[in-house]
Amino acid sequence: MDDQNASSVKRPRNAPRGLASADQFLSTDRCLELHRIMVRARKMEERMIKMSKSGEGIFWIGGPGEEAINACLGLQAKRGEGPAFDYFHLHYRCSAVMVALGMEPLDSIRQMANVVTDPFSRGRNFPSHFSRRAWNVLPVSSVIGIQWIKAPGTALVQKRHGGDGVSIVVGGDAGTAEGDFQSCLIWSTRPQNELPVLMVVLNNGGGISTTHCSQHSCNNIVDRAKPFGIEGEIVDGNDPVASWHAVERGMKVCRTERRPYMIEANTSRLYGHSSSSGAPRTNDPDCIELFERRLIAAGLIDESTIQTIHDQTRDEIEAAVAQAVREAKPVPGDEHLFAYAPNPDDPTYPDDYTGLP
Amino acid sequence: MATIVQAVRLALHYGEEHLGVTDVFGEDVGPPLGGVFTATQGLKTAWNSPLDERGIIGTAMGIAYAGGRPVCEIQFCDYGFNTVDLLKVAGNQRWAGAGEFAMPLVMMTPSGSGIRGSLYHSHSFESLASRLAGWKIVMPSNPLDAYGLMLSAIADPNPVMVLLPKALLRQKGDLLLPGEPKDQDELKDRIDAPVGDRIAWKPRWPEMQAHFVPIGKASIVREGEVATVVSYGRTLPLCVQAADQLAEEHGWSFDVIDLRSIFPYDWKAISASIEKTGRVLFVNEDTEVTNFGEHLFRRTIDEHFYDLTVRPRILMGKHLPGIGLNQVYEQNSVPQLGNIKDAMRALVEDPA
Repeated sequence: MDDQNASSVKRPRNAPRGLASADQFLSTDRCLELHRIMVRARKMEERMIKMSKSGEGIFWIGGPGEEAINACLGLQAKRGEGPAFDYFHLHYRCSAVMVALGMEPLDSIRQMANVVTDPFSRGRNFPSHFSRRAWNVLPVSSVIGIQWIKAPGTALVQKRHGGDGVSIVVGGDAGTAEGDFQSCLIWSTRPQNELPVLMVVLNNGGGISTTHCSQHSCNNIVDRAKPFGIEGEIVDGNDPVASWHAVERGMKVCRTERRPYMIEANTSRLYGHSSSSGAPRTNDPDCIELFERRLIAAGLIDESTIQTIHDQTRDEIEAAVAQAVREAKPVPGDEHLFAYAPNPDDPTYPDDYTGLP
Repeated sequence: MATIVQAVRLALHYGEEHLGVTDVFGEDVGPPLGGVFTATQGLKTAWNSPLDERGIIGTAMGIAYAGGRPVCEIQFCDYGFNTVDLLKVAGNQRWAGAGEFAMPLVMMTPSGSGIRGSLYHSHSFESLASRLAGWKIVMPSNPLDAYGLMLSAIADPNPVMVLLPKALLRQKGDLLLPGEPKDQDELKDRIDAPVGDRIAWKPRWPEMQAHFVPIGKASIVREGEVATVVSYGRTLPLCVQAADQLAEEHGWSFDVIDLRSIFPYDWKAISASIEKTGRVLFVNEDTEVTNFGEHLFRRTIDEHFYDLTVRPRILMGKHLPGIGLNQVYEQNSVPQLGNIKDAMRALVEDPA
């Protein structure tokens, strides 16, 4: 990784300021936008880890260390509802995607606090299990890998619909052991039916407590897509500049050629699998620390400003926690809500579900 | 009169024309075969999928998320067991997502024994399916109900599983479907693909009419006073046959209830009949440990203990790993006419 001043890449003297990785460049504005998203997602998750230990929440799982690539995904997506826009088949380490899309950290914290105001699941699901119809964010499931086999379905409708909507599916390296990963490769490349599926594997090297290389041949995951004719690449997922361009290339293939693309992003898992392992901080490379060093070295921001961003974000998150934990909890009877969609022609449940017939 | 398999085909065609069905898909569902039981021949939205049951369910979910109206097929329910976690997820999307996502998909699959199907073409699925909250589960036992339940399944905003009794798929009904030609040969000529080369074949669909059988409404197939028999699927016509024979032999009249919907089930119909007769037998062919009928049995005890004049009874398939190929295995694993008739006789003869 090279910053602008140290880069070997030759650019005109009056080139816009920014950061470069190899021959890839990202403007200052974009870098600072990404940085802000990454910090918000990180501070939010670190506070959620504390909530899991303080009694303000119950269980934490999330994606600290994977903010760089996730933020790039969220910022480059077409946000909206319906097949003209991108669909998100996320797993539970994608908070930065949501922050980049515009989610207020308060909403994620509400889910962490399992209050009824949790807009994703009304206090039902674990944290980082997002769901938002208006943004095509489909309900995240704890079941490992199943998002892979739902993505071709949305992509099929998108391809028929026309336009350039993409189905973005994100999973971990360990989850690629599930057959659903291969199903996604097969269903996305049926002859004459290739589908615009952007497949993103976040390779943090671990599956729960087990290292990737102890269970998989350490060949690249992206190579498993090659026999299907799926173009792809490996990227340093801790480098926002490289990640930005990888996502840009992948989205371009999906949007314009209406066929799949795979990105394998090497990332870090900074707090282990979940609070079930105690969520201790690891010594893995930290994408935010690395990014900030580069931003400072390139003169795009100074330490004082970075500290201010951190302080302001911390205050925002603390206020969100203080608010969320005071909000309403589910009440008895709420368990029935939304079990079935109302159907006026159904003699048993014309309205919401009310229990056994 | 149409068979169940023809009724399903006609319903799917009606669904394509009038209810917004966008995809009918699964293994061998598209041309040239049009379904292993021919239920999808000639349909304009039918397509073949990889041999990947999880892929079929997952893709159907994706299509439904994006506004499509898919009907997917698992070729035999025996091959659907590896999709159970996906089925669970399909059933919980609305609940888990705070009401934001409906899941309007139909999964149809042949279920049960009766075709000498050996270990992996004889399973029943309804007991497992009944545990999938968020799904509606139906199982017709005649062509008209198959047509009407399929239309209701397609129109429903929830995931609906249509279990088709394998043994009855080619049996003709005794009532015309709305729009069905009266001449069976004409119907066959219009909608059954020819054997052999069928590349140029196109169906000539009759002008079918709407007929919705409400999900959750049972059908009282026989009305009587002596006892109640509750069944569905393959065993339902056997219960009717046994009731008719016992009526002729002994003058006993039974309420025979075709449940038609596994969930939501028509508790009102069951309940009213038990209050009337005081004697009840539940019959199905799924295996006997944690059988769906046991739930109805439990509820009968809970809510009608003092209405019963004798102990309630239940007749089910045996708790076995499978159904063997030799007919001796099948006949001794799942209820047959003789078993059902014996159970009904014992129910009536049980002294109050």
